[in-house]
Amino acid sequence: MTTILDPTDERVPVERRVTPRSGRIAGNVAFLDISKPKGNVLLDRLEALLKAQAPGIQVNRYAKPTFAKPAPSDLRAQIAKDNDFVVEALAD
Amino acid sequence: MSDLPAFLLEDDGGGEHSFPGTRPALICFIKEDCPTCNDVMPLIEALHQELGAAADFFVVGQTAEGNRVLTERHGLTVPLLNDESLKVSFAYDVEIVPTLHLVDAQGRSSRKLMGFARDEWRQAAGVFAEALSLGPPAVHWADYPEWRPGCGSRSADPLIADRLRAESENSPLRARRIEVGAGDDEAELMFDLGFSDGLPLVPPTPERVLRMLAGTGRDAQEVVATVAPNMGEATVEKVAINAVMAGCRPEYLPVVIACLEAVCTDAFNIHGVMATTMGASPVIVVNGPVRERLGMNMKLGALGQGSRANATIGRALRLAIRNIGGAQPGGTERSTLGNPMKFTMCFPEWEERNPWTSLHVERGFAAGDSVVTAFAMSSGPTLIVDQDARGGDQLAGSFGLCLDSIFHPRAHFATETLLVIAPEHVDTFARDGYGKAEIRARIQAVTARSIQELAADEVSAVGFKPAVIEAMDEQALARKLPKFRRDEDIHIVVAGAEAGKFSGAFHGWVTGEIGSMPVSKIIEEA
Repeated sequence: MTTILDPTDERVPVERRVTPRSGRIAGNVAFLDISKPKGNVLLDRLEALLKAQAPGIQVNRYAKPTFAKPAPSDLRAQIAKDNDFVVEALAD
Repeated sequence: MSDLPAFLLEDDGGGEHSFPGTRPALICFIKEDCPTCNDVMPLIEALHQELGAAADFFVVGQTAEGNRVLTERHGLTVPLLNDESLKVSFAYDVEIVPTLHLVDAQGRSSRKLMGFARDEWRQAAGVFAEALSLGPPAVHWADYPEWRPGCGSRSADPLIADRLRAESENSPLRARRIEVGAGDDEAELMFDLGFSDGLPLVPPTPERVLRMLAGTGRDAQEVVATVAPNMGEATVEKVAINAVMAGCRPEYLPVVIACLEAVCTDAFNIHGVMATTMGASPVIVVNGPVRERLGMNMKLGALGQGSRANATIGRALRLAIRNIGGAQPGGTERSTLGNPMKFTMCFPEWEERNPWTSLHVERGFAAGDSVVTAFAMSSGPTLIVDQDARGGDQLAGSFGLCLDSIFHPRAHFATETLLVIAPEHVDTFARDGYGKAEIRARIQAVTARSIQELAADEVSAVGFKPAVIEAMDEQALARKLPKFRRDEDIHIVVAGAEAGKFSGAFHGWVTGEIGSMPVSKIIEEA
């Protein structure tokens, strides 16, 4: 019998649990612009639509320094701390 | 307390023999196809008959079938123990058979003899008998040859020794072992497990990985990089496994490690390079003495196939990123088209054919350092064809015209390039006193376009948008922008065959802090 060695990092991916859906939007909503062109246009339009449908919400805007790298961990922690929902504008 | 490894072996009849016991012992390693072992078997039998009542005899043979043959051939009564797995022979570090150990009642080795020298054996047998309070064994020593060299132990056969080392208790290997079933094909299994870039892989058996690890002096469990996107820890062992699969020789391993160290930096940003829909890939340039030592190809066809070192070092880097970092197409690798550099792209600079400063010296290293430099490139090498220029101005002018189309002719200040200048073009530049600075300046000059020329129009929507153009005055519109934000964004190396006025250009990706910057690392050779 041949034996070979595992070339991977041998980590079993951790399954993230999705936060239970309440069926309504309230509280603070983070809008994360990943800094691709026109992400702000999409988010501006979305903010208007969202506020019309859920008048009480507070929208907080954030931006990644560059789309080409993962969001800095401080930014991720800040978004998680101050918000109940996140909308990420992915691409141009 | 014995200073020799303990063991438990069976004889041909299934009887168990364990060492150490409570009596003095004779341990002798032999194998059937060794003429010297055959010469001494009658002697061991005679000693056993003389001393066997007072001492334990462990005559260890290296194949079960060989033991049967020896017993029959020499009419032996001393039991031969079966070490077909060779684990005891390996644990005793037996290089030559016969190897004889004489051991006291506490299990301590008092004498070790290799091969056969009659006087030594005679003297040792006398001392051993005396320790048993017996007289010299009644052996007719004149029947035995004066001297015979031993034979190589099977446990020292390089192929077998690597397996034994991999299986031993102090093996440096820690990676998960995957057993390939008898009815399974390891090449197919590795495709099925997702380890492959689409081409066949060399199975990373423990023996091969151990041989690969011999290429570096670094500890197998040292973490050399954390590989995005999964942030997998790349130990030297994991890099070695991927290097085996890629087809590397052990001496390539330090180069592969340096490549991984270079790309797994914030400056190089391998996460973005792999994830981008544009389809970038690392391009590795090797400089310094290591090029010659590894037999890398920097001349004819340097950027193509045919050189094992060029091809497999680049491939090992990509496999490590795929397997340790988890960057797989369709997962976090999202390139729209992909490109063939994603299999491999690594070549050395022909420094000796470069009349200017070589890449690594330009980047601050000593000429005698061996260095890898990683660039993030989205396509290439694209050919720059100019068989007509007889001077530097025209030739660098051609370079500029060809480079103008990177990304899009209206994309200025957007990226960088890696130029690979072929020897005939080098000579044209050199004849005209053209150095790297002159080449860069000329490319910037011939590619400079006014903002008005770079405006979007009915031909193409790419360029400065109407709202931006309308907000500018005449002077602002007349401002000229060269193709590259900085002259240093034009990287220059020399490689290729002596014949052919064809240079190559790799086209960059997103440049600078927001994207990827070239990174150089010293190669730490063993």
